[in-house]
Amino acid sequence: MHELPVTEKILDIALKHAAANGATKIYSITLRVGGLTDLEDKWLQHYFDYLSRDTIADGAKLIIINAGIRLRCSACKTIIETTKENLQDQKCPHCNATHDLTILSGREYFIEEMMAQ
Amino acid sequence: MSNPVRLIKIKEDIQADNDALAQGLRDELRQRRTFLINLMSSPGAGKTSLLLQTTAALKNSLRMAVIEADIDSTVDAQTIVSSGIEAVQLQTDGFCHLDVQMVRQGLASLDIDALDLIFIENVGNLVCPAEFDTGAELDVMILSVPEGDDKPLKYPLMFSKCDALIVNKIDYLETPLTNFSMDAMENRVRKLNPGIQIFPVSCRTGEGIREWVGWLAGKVAAEKV
Repeated sequence: MHELPVTEKILDIALKHAAANGATKIYSITLRVGGLTDLEDKWLQHYFDYLSRDTIADGAKLIIINAGIRLRCSACKTIIETTKENLQDQKCPHCNATHDLTILSGREYFIEEMMAQ
Repeated sequence: MSNPVRLIKIKEDIQADNDALAQGLRDELRQRRTFLINLMSSPGAGKTSLLLQTTAALKNSLRMAVIEADIDSTVDAQTIVSSGIEAVQLQTDGFCHLDVQMVRQGLASLDIDALDLIFIENVGNLVCPAEFDTGAELDVMILSVPEGDDKPLKYPLMFSKCDALIVNKIDYLETPLTNFSMDAMENRVRKLNPGIQIFPVSCRTGEGIREWVGWLAGKVAAEKV
């Protein structure tokens, strides 16, 4: 639903780094997106295609890596990787705790890198 | 000779700009001793009803105003103003959430230093407002009983980030119209957010409002010290 403002930011950041690196054409942009976010990949690309017309990122492909969700068990400090679907039933694999698994990450939208010329 | 195709490392967080602006707004409002609270829910969960109950309970002790976000209407702002509380209407033009810049637009129409407590009534949905920091001191969400006790399963981000959860329309629990389980809902929410404050209320009957308002007034008073 909020793909448009997110896409605007992606384009701004990519164009800024292209200018700083003297690039004149962007071919792909790699994003790492946390498992708690609700982003539709298809719409992200669709908006990006629209917004990037007449820029050096026209035609660039968005590569989206799902970073999942990272928890920490409050009891034994074990770090646990999980997904939105498994979040409610997640147990600590070390001490079997079912509660007090603190969410460490999963909310992020991170631009990792881009292929450019 | 043209440049070679190459990999450029970026390592930049899309939310970083808004997060920095949000922290800046929080710091500013702390200095000015004005408390900003961000209220989120689905459409129809009772944001405006809760605001009416809350401002009525606090209007002898606190100076308050409301920033109303609506995609394209002024109905909620008119309701608030009719109750004697100042309200600013932001029309988000199709945007599904508020960010710090939009909140600042709303604040620009208010005399911040003459106010103790400002409510943001965020756009009605459980997805987008969860992802953008508004600069508020507290994030509070309302879940209403008719929406069902499974909502923490569907919208974990929203439930994981809020300081308080108000469960509205608890008068439905006494009718055969719902199979909502408060225990199941609470278990699911605490799994995501062990420290969250939960206030069961009915904006219609007034049940539970006193506990919620007492907690909120305590938070505002703590900021004033």
